[in-house]
Amino acid sequence: MGAQKKGATARVSEDAEELARHPLQAILLADSFTTKFRPITLERPKVLLPLVNIPMINYTLAWLESAGVEEVFVFCCAHSKQVIDYLESSEWSSQPNFSVTTIESHNSISAGDALRLIYERNVIHGDFVLISGDTVSNMSLIQAFQEHKDRRKKDANAIMTMVVKQSKPSPITQQSRLGTDELFMAINPVTKQLLYYEDKAEYSKGFISLDKTLIADNPSVILHNDKQDCYIDICSQEVLSLFTDNFDYQHLRRHFVKGLLVDDIMGYKIFTHEIHSSYAARIDNFRSYDTISKDIIQRWTYPFVPDVLCGSSAIKVERQGTYRASDVTLSRSAQLGSFAFIGQGTKIGNDTKISHSVIGERCTIGSNVTIEGSYIWNNVTIEDGCQLRNAIVCDGVILKSGAVLQPGVILSFKVVVGQQFVVPAYSKVSLLQQPTQQDSDEELEYADSTSGTGELRSDKLNGAIAPDLSETASELGTGGVGYIWTVFEGAYDEEWRHSVAPIPTNKLVKLMLDKDEDEELLTQDGNVISALELKTDSDGNGSEDDNNEDSRDDYVSFEKEVEATFLRAVHENVKVDLAVLEVNALRLSYNMASVDCGGAIFYSMMKLAVESPHNSASELHRNAADIVTTWQKLLKSFLHDIDEEIEVILKFEEMCLESAKEFAALFPQILHLLYDKEILQEDAILRWADEKEGADESDKVFLKRSEKFIQWLREAEEEEEEDE
Amino acid sequence: MPDTQALVNDFLNKLKKRKIEGSQATAKQTAELLRSVISQTRMPYTNQAAALIHSVKAVGERLIAANPVELAVGNVVRRVLHIIREEDLSLTTAAMAGLNLSAESDDEDDTDRDNHPALSAAAIAAASRSTLRPPSLQTLLEDLPDSAAVPHTSSSGGDSEGKSKSADKSSRSRKLKHDVIEAVNELIQDISTCHELIAEQAVEHIHQNEVILTLGSSRTVLEFLCAAKEKKRSFRVFVAEGAPRYQGHLLAKELVTRGLQTTLITDSAVFAMISRVNMVIVGAHVVMANGGVIAPVGLNMVALAAQKHAVPFVVLAGSHKLCPLYPHHPEVLLNELRSPSELLDFGEFSDCLDFGSGIGAPLLHVVNPTFDYVPPKLVSLFITDTGGHNPSYMYRLIADYYSADDLVLERRTTSGN
Repeated sequence: MGAQKKGATARVSEDAEELARHPLQAILLADSFTTKFRPITLERPKVLLPLVNIPMINYTLAWLESAGVEEVFVFCCAHSKQVIDYLESSEWSSQPNFSVTTIESHNSISAGDALRLIYERNVIHGDFVLISGDTVSNMSLIQAFQEHKDRRKKDANAIMTMVVKQSKPSPITQQSRLGTDELFMAINPVTKQLLYYEDKAEYSKGFISLDKTLIADNPSVILHNDKQDCYIDICSQEVLSLFTDNFDYQHLRRHFVKGLLVDDIMGYKIFTHEIHSSYAARIDNFRSYDTISKDIIQRWTYPFVPDVLCGSSAIKVERQGTYRASDVTLSRSAQLGSFAFIGQGTKIGNDTKISHSVIGERCTIGSNVTIEGSYIWNNVTIEDGCQLRNAIVCDGVILKSGAVLQPGVILSFKVVVGQQFVVPAYSKVSLLQQPTQQDSDEELEYADSTSGTGELRSDKLNGAIAPDLSETASELGTGGVGYIWTVFEGAYDEEWRHSVAPIPTNKLVKLMLDKDEDEELLTQDGNVISALELKTDSDGNGSEDDNNEDSRDDYVSFEKEVEATFLRAVHENVKVDLAVLEVNALRLSYNMASVDCGGAIFYSMMKLAVESPHNSASELHRNAADIVTTWQKLLKSFLHDIDEEIEVILKFEEMCLESAKEFAALFPQILHLLYDKEILQEDAILRWADEKEGADESDKVFLKRSEKFIQWLREAEEEEEEDE
Repeated sequence: MPDTQALVNDFLNKLKKRKIEGSQATAKQTAELLRSVISQTRMPYTNQAAALIHSVKAVGERLIAANPVELAVGNVVRRVLHIIREEDLSLTTAAMAGLNLSAESDDEDDTDRDNHPALSAAAIAAASRSTLRPPSLQTLLEDLPDSAAVPHTSSSGGDSEGKSKSADKSSRSRKLKHDVIEAVNELIQDISTCHELIAEQAVEHIHQNEVILTLGSSRTVLEFLCAAKEKKRSFRVFVAEGAPRYQGHLLAKELVTRGLQTTLITDSAVFAMISRVNMVIVGAHVVMANGGVIAPVGLNMVALAAQKHAVPFVVLAGSHKLCPLYPHHPEVLLNELRSPSELLDFGEFSDCLDFGSGIGAPLLHVVNPTFDYVPPKLVSLFITDTGGHNPSYMYRLIADYYSADDLVLERRTTSGN
């Protein structure tokens, strides 16, 4: 730090001479000021996380160096010590013509704070590149800089050039391939001036509003939704002073860019520079981590690809885009599929299948392991028979034999997963306990302003024990070590959007249906609010017809809680009576009817059946039968009357349609099973059948499937009547 | 030596970032770098050749590792090593001849052997090397005095001659360095003039009213064609554009400005046009020891088309492109996969590359290899700066340029891959 200050003052004295020609400078923010990579970022800064086995910051620095930048100021905040240590020991500290200077801060909580601090240091003397340490690119800066300079000569108010790239968002999920929300930008096609920027558009509204003056002032405006913001900005010095003047600017885009766009007093302008053949993207969330890793493996970032960055003698590219380090021990029967990356010193056992995955250095992988679309960092031990799908596994993790990671699982550093344990989808597991609920809620709301402190606060939290989360480490199976973080309320719905796992098809189908309905409604009368209401209707929750969005969220989280309770009851052999008590307590705290309890319990039972391993429909049926038999008492205690029983059937129908399609074929069998176990009375089933008789054709799929069974029930009833 | 160290690092960086284009530029810069390494190497009193070889090897290994695909680097490193060995050998034989005369008076063989182990070791090494090396004309001539000298090495000088000998040695050391630098200069000269040397032979190969086909762009080919044009030959050139980098466009432009009748065709039209072609003339990236060629992508196809229609397939290559290694799996191991953006526009295809939906794995895989491997049987003739050669003759040519010892060193480093 002292050295830097000296350097800074030395620079100031040279300032006068330097004005004529200053070295190309860059500010690299080695902190994203978000919590999206938690729990991993509690232990290691985001910029040092390996991206295809090389710390992210290396890609950024290598690009800056080759693009002709001579001086980089790395701003470190969270885990600043680690970043500084890394940079000092790396090759970057000893490059000729390329100096890397670190600026450390412990109290910056946003990009705005960082830039204000850099302004105080007075180290930037001209146009500079502003990027964060998680940006991967191979674009040439020369042209963009030239454009920026030329514009500046003509118009001193053109203070920033933003790099954009074409990338079509998915029409279904309304998010880009990087997992960020669809971005709307209005750009003047002639001058390339940015006129409008909105990354948090409300899709439910179905429209965005532009200021009238935009159209009046510009002869033509093009509104893009297929442009990706690369988060590479070429800025003039004024940008730093603007941040200092507007001390409430925190976020680069949300505050600064939008602030400048609406502010017409100063008249500052932002321009865009579109890149075509070169690549640029920023790792914002787990989905972009996955996407960008795959882009790197597919060599879009050439020459910043692993075999070039590490030296090709260390890593070789083979057929099918497989990368293999020189000293990998690979069993003869192991199958390396396409786009796999295997790091130095890794051992892979017999009959193990690996595809679309990155495996780091010195990992030990046993026999019969299946790894698909996963990112395994260094020194990981995976024992025989494990299955990993679309997971991120950090350094030092141990998976005991037979462990299964479902899609979207994040295992933070040194977690141990017990034998045969199934880590449920989208769970985040860490040795550190989750920060208390209150904190995280706050962060979600004000993610931009408080998240930085969140990252810092983590150190203090290490020792603290959250009272409501005092589950023992054994929640990861026998011998397991680590805490499964519960997902924030309401955030669960969004979890799949940003996960490493691909979006499940049922979600896509649901979104598509929702969208169709929205569109229909919009074309009818454009009434937005009714569209919202209708959407909740279409979710098929009979009991919630007249409820609004809020209570639906409540119900979802209630369902989650019940599911968690039930799973715990199963795993820890809790007595049925106790389970009933617990569910009742939940019911009261969420203000639900016992109708909802029955539905939720049944839902959790069926989900458990689907999630426990099975190979065929008959096995699934057996699973379901086992679970129903064991827990029938629990279920029965919430089914007091026929209405509640009908609710269970409706719930089941919904499941078959959406989350657990595998049951669709078994629908009549399960219905029969429930009847046999006296969970459902025949009256309930018949009433359900009668109700459905009048429904739409599409709703009657399951009715038709179970026609035989109902027929049989009816006949039995008649016979009984005859007997009497 | 911080000066050379910085130079080496700078060059390494450029190699790593793929900032040097073309094997001629790479070869020349490598040679210049090695020259400065040699001139900066501090010479010990004994075994100077070994010291030079050591320092050149140390730098060379790093250079080769920086970009193993650019084989010209390795070629030049080996050439320089060969030069050092040759110069050392000729100096030793010269010294030997001088010593032999004086040695006849002294017979204290055994004691002196210990005093000058380095000298004798170098001589034995030289002798053994000359037996290892396949006989070339030069070595055949050298062999006679050399082998005769070996048994007499030990019988060299007494104490009385010690002083004069060390003085002699220091002058020898300076002489060795001087000679080596001189020879490296010659090598650099050779590399930079190889185009002219090759172009000089153009008239012998291109005849009046012929149709020549080439693919992509190569400076050697350009010079070759222009040289023939200057000699008043009139002929036509078909240029295949060389997708995806389309360097054929540049070549066509250049040819037209020099007044050559040029036709630009797509790569896929090569087979349709080849029946009208009298000769295919192309450049190479590297020529392997078996006569196979690593060449810009698309040339294997051209070579096959040429073979089908019995059109001569001529490869132009400067001597710095001769690689003493044999190709093993060249399509993969000696290839460089470049960015897919040269083939298709990322923005247009971004929806096909969305890994968020579907199976989560890319369904589209774009492969953009830089090089093709043309097997020796498809090549009719090589034209190097020393003249025209048959593919099967390449190994002899290579034996003239490289010492067998250096191949072994490289094999160890490459086997680590």
